[in-house]
Amino acid sequence: MSYKTDYGRVMGLGSAKDGTHHFWVQRLTAVALVILTPLFVLPLAYNIGDSFEAVRAAYSHPVNAIIASLFILTAFYHLKLGLQVVIEDYIHGKGTRTVAIVVMNLACALVGFTGLFAVAKIAFSA
Amino acid sequence: MADVNRGNRPLSPHASIYRWPISAILSILHRITGSALSVSGILVVWWFLAAATSSDYFATVDGFLTSWFGGLILILSAWGLWFHFCNGIRHLFWDLGYGFGVEEVTQSSYLAIGISVILTIITILIA
Repeated sequence: MSYKTDYGRVMGLGSAKDGTHHFWVQRLTAVALVILTPLFVLPLAYNIGDSFEAVRAAYSHPVNAIIASLFILTAFYHLKLGLQVVIEDYIHGKGTRTVAIVVMNLACALVGFTGLFAVAKIAFSA
Repeated sequence: MADVNRGNRPLSPHASIYRWPISAILSILHRITGSALSVSGILVVWWFLAAATSSDYFATVDGFLTSWFGGLILILSAWGLWFHFCNGIRHLFWDLGYGFGVEEVTQSSYLAIGISVILTIITILIA
């Protein structure tokens, strides 16, 4: 039995201390990706295998560059949220789990921001 | 020992011979494709990075992605992405409270697989 008031329970946001934030952002990024995925992947499929000049010309176009940036940002954030749940389900032991989540977060940030930088560099230089 | 039948009783569900419902297969596939798409994401970023760096470096990455092994990974990535996409839409409908009937879940399972295969073929035809 809990002696907490409703207000106290809300302020504490449960044992995870962030309430439904993770759940909500996972869905928010999912909805964004329903729109962004076809817009990003179909031109990508078309461009993979093309020449250096053709690829740079394609992604120097603002529409392609903006969609690619939005997709990379949203997809890697969605990936981070998903991989965190996988780690939480399968890796036990507080230390190992914390290290795994921190490393995974840093890796997602590294690859995601590298992708953003690369697209921006192509868009601004080609 | 009162239990003379020990070792001879039926065990349920026997994990190794248990026939998975289609919905269970899709559930674990959603997780597997989602995790495996990390590799696809790294490859795509590598390709963009090469295009942002130099034509020599681009030739290296392009050579790998257009090899048979690179192509295989890209085709698997395309299916993984489209499956995760279709099954993700299924999850969003569930989040809104629709499609929970046993029949509906089975139908949407096959629908997700079918549409993901069609989208993969379209993607390969575009490439």
